[in-house]
Amino acid sequence: MTALPTPDGLSSIDAVTEGLAGVGYISTRSISTAVYLAHHLRKPVLIEGPAGVGKTDLARSVAKCLNYPLLRMQCYEGLDESKALYEWKYGKQLLYTQILKEKIHDLVADADGLDASFAKLRDFQDLFFSREFLEPRPLLKAMEQTGGSVLLIDEIDKSDEEFEALLLEILSDYQVTVPEIGTIEAQVPPLVMLTSNATRELGDALKRRCLHLHIDFPDAERERLIVRARVPEISASLLAQLVAFIQLVRGENLRKLPSISETIDWARTLLLLHADALEPTMVRETLNVILKRQSDILSLAAKAEALTRDAVKAAEAA
Amino acid sequence: MERALTNYIRALRTAGAAVSPSEAIDAARTLALIGYAERQTLKDSLSVVLAKTTEEKDLHDRLFDLYFSRATPAHEIPPTHGDEGGQPDSEQSLPDLANSNDANRMAVAMERAGAAAGVDQIRFASQGAFFARRMLEALGVEALEQRLMDRLQTRTPEAQAEAQALIDARGALTREARKFVDRRFEVFGRAATETFMNDAVANRAIDKLSLRDMERMKAVVARMAKRLAVRHSRRRKVRNRGHLDIRRTLRANAGYDGVPFEVVFKRKHRDRPKIVAICDVSGSVAAYVRFLLMFLYALSETVADLGAFAFAHELRDVSGPLKNLTFEAAMEYIIQEVGSGGTDYGQALIDLREHSWDQIDRRTTVLILGDGRSNHTDPRLDIFAEVADRAKRVVWLCPEPPGRWGSGDSEILRYRPFCTHLSHCATALDLEQALDEILLAYD
Repeated sequence: MTALPTPDGLSSIDAVTEGLAGVGYISTRSISTAVYLAHHLRKPVLIEGPAGVGKTDLARSVAKCLNYPLLRMQCYEGLDESKALYEWKYGKQLLYTQILKEKIHDLVADADGLDASFAKLRDFQDLFFSREFLEPRPLLKAMEQTGGSVLLIDEIDKSDEEFEALLLEILSDYQVTVPEIGTIEAQVPPLVMLTSNATRELGDALKRRCLHLHIDFPDAERERLIVRARVPEISASLLAQLVAFIQLVRGENLRKLPSISETIDWARTLLLLHADALEPTMVRETLNVILKRQSDILSLAAKAEALTRDAVKAAEAA
Repeated sequence: MERALTNYIRALRTAGAAVSPSEAIDAARTLALIGYAERQTLKDSLSVVLAKTTEEKDLHDRLFDLYFSRATPAHEIPPTHGDEGGQPDSEQSLPDLANSNDANRMAVAMERAGAAAGVDQIRFASQGAFFARRMLEALGVEALEQRLMDRLQTRTPEAQAEAQALIDARGALTREARKFVDRRFEVFGRAATETFMNDAVANRAIDKLSLRDMERMKAVVARMAKRLAVRHSRRRKVRNRGHLDIRRTLRANAGYDGVPFEVVFKRKHRDRPKIVAICDVSGSVAAYVRFLLMFLYALSETVADLGAFAFAHELRDVSGPLKNLTFEAAMEYIIQEVGSGGTDYGQALIDLREHSWDQIDRRTTVLILGDGRSNHTDPRLDIFAEVADRAKRVVWLCPEPPGRWGSGDSEILRYRPFCTHLSHCATALDLEQALDEILLAYD
């Protein structure tokens, strides 16, 4: 295994944390460790966790802070290699055959007999199945990057089992095999990140090839830092109350718990409404920003008063 | 590779985490990269490399703290049992060791004795005393005891004082050894014991379960349900290669002037599992019902389409309470609301036809749990035949052993001809197998 050039941003775990903070991503020790190991062990990272805790954003931020291009592959049911790996440019091939028809005629004009013409044509046969006519899709594109890249395979759990199998070659050897051309190896192995919302159990083969990072809801302190980074205009007291409220809500028995993205949306909403402290009426009216299910909204609206009071108290204590 | 690390991986495996050799290699590379210096970093790193599910992560968190509980890692202790300075195997140095307050020296001695006594092989808590004694023997406690006996028999004040000191030293060493063994049990034995107990519960007849077993059963059932879910949730679609889908092929190739570059094959869609479970909740089978409902409750993620009915005298739809209440509350509700009056299978079938007939169609598996004892009422075989006709399959699980079928008021032999599958179901394992078969019909 040849030594990889290590960018400054990946030289140590602290460097990763700092680099990510530089682009507005508040990391934790375990997140930074995973990114650091991903590079040094040359392994893909599988990121799991509830929706909206910043899984996709992590890949985006890593790319941004390392100045790497981000190649994103959104997974969905029915995704296959022509959408993920490569595709032959049929139209172009067809067009070229039409244009070259005359030329071929000229070419074989002086050959006598079928065998001789065929032998002559055989020399050109591979013309139509060359890189010229190959349309690279994200996975192949990532292999072709010479300056390093971040490959994000988003929501892998939405794809089919076949696609998972297709990924195995790329994830373990960083190479793609195109039958007509051969094996294309990555110049510089991309930093691969896969995200999953765990809507289905992923295959063991895939899991074993990846490092596994679980990102959970942040604690109050980290959440405050994140919201401050995203919504810098917010006042310190409102921020503390808002985060305390969300942390309390996560302790409730709800169908869908609010995640960081909802906290940020709520902070923006409250800012628009010129709020400078949480109060029950406003909380009740804006619950639909943080909760996405009617039953959740109803059950929480009943408790809004008590929760707001507790949140204000908790914010004062903090 | 590092001994400490391989042993740790072994501990993880005993506890049920599936760590593959390639992951072990990754762990070794990680260790080389990170080192032992920063404990928290090492813990985070190994968590990323070795633990691939939330359960495995919890396991790792717990085991890591137990296993790497000492400041000096095990590999820094020279493994040789030679006679270098400080080797505590003479009767002089043992009391010395026991009285010295050097925690590190004690730890090193315990580590060595533990290795010599094979403490890592521990499986059950009851083996603790045995292994502790073996450790003391490895430390050379026999010589100390000899001297102790000798001193006790000598009736001089000095001898008595020395005997007392020896007793104290022996006590201190025993405590240390026990502590060491207990810690090792947490790492290597606890999980094995759990697995053993869980297997035992899964194999025990359901009506023989004690209340404590029932608690354990909940974990076992949850694991079984998860296993079934994993096995049956994958692949809803199958490609049926060979049958060309002409309509979709033409449409896909319209852009190429109708030249079929892309060929589309027909797909076969699988039916989603649809289960209608009908449970007899009269006193005789209540234990089983609790248990079957527990299973269905846990399974509801795989089987989205699940209708649950309970009856004693008349049939009630209990899907609602099962879905909305906690398991305990739902059980209580069901037993209270439904479980009174004598069993009447005929009436239950009539109610089923009256109120819930449209829930049964050709995709449905009807799952009946009961002993078929109908208090000599009309079993309404005609309706049962209709059910069998309408549904994909009718599966009957009977908690009574086959020897008693047909005796007294048991009508089960008369129902049998209409069942796709009828089996005696007495343990959790039986039930898992039966449900596996049901779900297999949809694969």
